[in-house]
Amino acid sequence: MPPDTRFLDGMKSGNLQTLVNGITRASFCCLVLLGAALKTAGAEGAGVRSAAVARSTNAILHPVIIKRPAGTPKVATGLTNFHGQPVMALCSSCHATTTPNIDTRASAELDQFHQGLNYVHGNLSCLSCHNAKNYDTLRLADSRPVEFADVMTLCSQCHGPQRRDYNMGLHGGMNGYWDLTKGGRTRNTCINCHDPHAPAFPLVMPVLPPKDRISVPKEPNRKRPATD
Amino acid sequence: MYTNPIDSQDTTGISRRTALKGVGAMLGAAAFAKAIAPLTEWTRDISAEEFVQKHYKELTPIDLQIILSRLEKDTKEQYGADVTIKDHKPQEGVKFGYALNLSVCNGCRKCAEACHIENNHDRPSNQSYIRVFEMSKGSMDMEKGNAHYDRPVPQPDKFYMPVQCQQCEHPPCVDVCPVEATWKEPDGIVVVDYNWCIGCRYCEAACPYHARRFNWTKPVIPANEINPTQSYLSNRIRPQGVMEKCHFCLHRTRNGRLPACLEACPTGARVFGNLLDPNSEVRQVLAHKRVFVLKEELGLKPQFFYFFDV
Repeated sequence: MPPDTRFLDGMKSGNLQTLVNGITRASFCCLVLLGAALKTAGAEGAGVRSAAVARSTNAILHPVIIKRPAGTPKVATGLTNFHGQPVMALCSSCHATTTPNIDTRASAELDQFHQGLNYVHGNLSCLSCHNAKNYDTLRLADSRPVEFADVMTLCSQCHGPQRRDYNMGLHGGMNGYWDLTKGGRTRNTCINCHDPHAPAFPLVMPVLPPKDRISVPKEPNRKRPATD
Repeated sequence: MYTNPIDSQDTTGISRRTALKGVGAMLGAAAFAKAIAPLTEWTRDISAEEFVQKHYKELTPIDLQIILSRLEKDTKEQYGADVTIKDHKPQEGVKFGYALNLSVCNGCRKCAEACHIENNHDRPSNQSYIRVFEMSKGSMDMEKGNAHYDRPVPQPDKFYMPVQCQQCEHPPCVDVCPVEATWKEPDGIVVVDYNWCIGCRYCEAACPYHARRFNWTKPVIPANEINPTQSYLSNRIRPQGVMEKCHFCLHRTRNGRLPACLEACPTGARVFGNLLDPNSEVRQVLAHKRVFVLKEELGLKPQFFYFFDV
């Protein structure tokens, strides 16, 4: 039966983006088998991505694509160019002329820029993760630089159990197919769900309140959340 | 000459006995008419073909095609939406399992909302196959949970437990159905033939997870919100007066796709896959996490597992 083509369209554009980004770069994906499938798909092009792959042990597996950040972030300067578009600047544009301060731990300590940045992430300083030698990259704990696109490597230094679970497919949201013989899958990277400066999930209002009568709190406790 | 008084009365008119008989018959007829009145009203909505339709398992492929076309036509007439209704069959070598990480679920109910949209639920009643309980830490008793919380989540002293059909190995809902309108499929999904269900709600009473839903009214859904990708045993728009339940989005999962509730989860709490594949994600949960099932003491062997990050 024909698959949901909306999804396939999304996958195709996702694949293109990945190809452009360079799919054969140092593998981001630690699922060895799936990583291999990813490279095969990249090498052979879009031809293998037919949805009707026969289900067998030798079936070609569709790729599992891990979303990657677009690259080095840019900051709005507040200016617009003659087309009316905002002028974006690389981090290094400003940081080339400033002196790094290893002790800075909050935006409130800064005199200018990054004001109001919500920062709640352990007892780290800015330069625990940002690279003072090249602000267009991030910095691992052993002071090696790492690209913004490879942020998962950085996070995994401290959040090992989460990375372990991620590698098993137990952490992080995904979209697509559980059966990789029928279609591919897109997985989130750390910063798709977690704000790196404040990684805990914010409070949200729940949607779709139920209207049936199952587990309604008892009348005297109606306004109270707990029933026990 | 002696005359029998009874004979003589016969000639004079109606006896009391005959009169009482007549009154009794009239009352009986009226009571019968009143008793079947709902049936006459009900059959107004139902076509002759639908009335004589066989059980799903007895349908030939041709029967099924005719029924699916009829259902598509009915949906167009009643809801104004062009939909495709198929019959997705279970796959060989697949048994579905679901796992849910209670350490990360934040109770936002996005899963319930995704189910609501994906499965063409009645809009006014906020119907969904998923009910999320706000639970006090220290207890796993879902009967003490509160499904009607309405404040920002997650609260620090609470955890959140979404509950949907557990696709039991020994489903009590199937045992109690008097007409076999619900059964367990080879891939583990418990399904309902909405056209065979008589709406007695025994299954709803039998389910210890409160997973079954009854269509008290004919579902109301705007045409532009109807999900057109439908299946006979899953998300086609249900008639009034029948039971329904979570079917693990079989119109998606039997095509290899992930269920809608999993894709909607913003915390990645949900893990879905083939229990028969030792490399599947859900098997990784069973192998590496501390897993429990709801109301294990009932011995129903749910195929829906809960775990914590430890």
